[in-house]
Amino acid sequence: MKGLSVSKAVTALMLAGLVLLPLYSSLSGNIFILTLFTRIVILALAAASLNLIMGYGGMMSFGHAAYLGIGGYAVGILAQEGVGSGFVQFPVALAASALFALVIGALSLRTRGVYFIMITLAFAQMAYYVASGLARYGGDDGLTVYKRSDFSGLVNLSDRVQFYYLCVACLLGVIFLIWRVVNSRFGLVVQGLRSNEQRMQAIGFPAKRYQLVCFVISGTMCGLAGALLANNTDFVSPAVMYWTRSGDLMVMVILGGMGTLFGPVMGAVVYLVLEELLSQVTEYWALIMGPLLLLVVLFGRGGIMGLLGRVGRG
Amino acid sequence: MLLVVEQFLNGLQFGLLLFLLAAGLTLVFGIMDLVNLAHGSLYMMGAYFAATFVAWTGSFVLGALMALGATLLLGIVLEVTALRHLYGRDHLDHVLATFGLILFFNEAVRLIWGPAGLALPLPAWLTVPVQLLPGIYYPAYRLAIIVVALLVALLLYLGVMRTRIGMLIRAGASNREMIGALGINIKLLYTLVFGLGAALAGLAGLMQAPILTVQIGMGENILILAFVIIVIGGIGSIRGAFLAAIFVGMIDTLGRAFLPNLLRQVLSSTAASTAAPALSSMLIYLLMAIVLVVRPEGLFPANRR
Repeated sequence: MKGLSVSKAVTALMLAGLVLLPLYSSLSGNIFILTLFTRIVILALAAASLNLIMGYGGMMSFGHAAYLGIGGYAVGILAQEGVGSGFVQFPVALAASALFALVIGALSLRTRGVYFIMITLAFAQMAYYVASGLARYGGDDGLTVYKRSDFSGLVNLSDRVQFYYLCVACLLGVIFLIWRVVNSRFGLVVQGLRSNEQRMQAIGFPAKRYQLVCFVISGTMCGLAGALLANNTDFVSPAVMYWTRSGDLMVMVILGGMGTLFGPVMGAVVYLVLEELLSQVTEYWALIMGPLLLLVVLFGRGGIMGLLGRVGRG
Repeated sequence: MLLVVEQFLNGLQFGLLLFLLAAGLTLVFGIMDLVNLAHGSLYMMGAYFAATFVAWTGSFVLGALMALGATLLLGIVLEVTALRHLYGRDHLDHVLATFGLILFFNEAVRLIWGPAGLALPLPAWLTVPVQLLPGIYYPAYRLAIIVVALLVALLLYLGVMRTRIGMLIRAGASNREMIGALGINIKLLYTLVFGLGAALAGLAGLMQAPILTVQIGMGENILILAFVIIVIGGIGSIRGAFLAAIFVGMIDTLGRAFLPNLLRQVLSSTAASTAAPALSSMLIYLLMAIVLVVRPEGLFPANRR
């Protein structure tokens, strides 16, 4: 019980920190930290979406960055074609991601284990090359988003603080949704499939259909992160979809603690803040980050959440 | 006609090179059940070692041999210090740990050799074109790659299929407890296999180095290709890796060479020239997706455990 409360306390502290960050930023005049954390919150959203299928569903997608790109390109392309309304851009981004996830999931779920990891990667790479070939929309060089999504005065995405709070709201909304999904009958079936697919199938659950729905939900959530990311950087390029980005997301999930509600958020915060701090200390920050990840795997089972649990138990 | 033969040979050469990389990957994967994303880093290190040692010694062959030894050693050190603790763990742990190693190697290279790429010049005797058939010439160096890679493939096949160590390796792949119980030092065997895989990756890297620039991150694209190959071929199957590598090398090379013209037949030339590069890069992934959808275990699955 005590272990649980330590990780709960740290999670609450982190969330309070995220919500109060703009206050600190304006008091200290440190605008950079707000920019940094906007990006962190968006990528935390993406990591949380990956965690839904990876941590709860046992589906190791190594191509999740594809949805970041699809969501981003939906916003970028629409903006380029003169459709600036966020009420159009965001639904299109979500729908496109959902559709991609539906097709990819239906094909990928025919395989399992390492083959599943690789086939999701293959489809993401295809998306990467499609984006590189979009000559009209920048091709390899990427596409500049000259105007952020317009929500007709409801929220102003060009305002740093408003945009930040929009991202935090999206993150919390997605986590609430994941919580609801995971604890629903549907979610329990998906988790049952993770531990024993054959048994679940024998009881009479159409395994693939459940997994596919979960896969699509996850992809759609990640597409939302992509749409936000394009607004944050005012830019979208094929690099968003490159496989190392999918690796980054995976690292965040595992680092924070797979299959825990707030683990991926913790992972994203720690991973990206560490990256930032290390890069201020030395240009060669990855020299430290790389072995650090190795050590986390070797000694820190269950990620940060697992570690906090152990600390709590003393 | 000339172009077709040349592209065909290029495809073969690329395919064989991919095989060297995929063979090490599939050995380590099939035998130790270790997903090693850092395999591409060993390929990169092979290339950097070669560029350094060749410049040092002034001899291409001597430098290449030293680079081969250095990659072998690096592989062994890597296995003993880090990777051996990961056996029997979840595949996801492997992904995370070896992803960390990629970061480390890329950064270490940047620190040691600097951010700019290196060039590995060829000695004069390897730059001359060789006449294959009357009127058909092919660069000697690319021919040498084909010959070396074929030789290595043959040795590897014989080594795994006909020697005592090969027998132990195959036995260890199907039942590691049993082979340990028979008094075989399984730890040492694994270290050797990993070293061998590293050396193969290093060989691929150092042979490719004179054709491409030696640069940071060069292992990452090609690593994904090697994974595609072992997945198409069936994990743990050397034969599958060989056939799939040749196949992928051919498709990639021929696709890049002829797809633009093919597309121009059906599309306007501007549309064709924009679509062709993306489509030819995608071909392999498309192929892999089709294979996995039709045969989820790959084309030549290794024997069931």
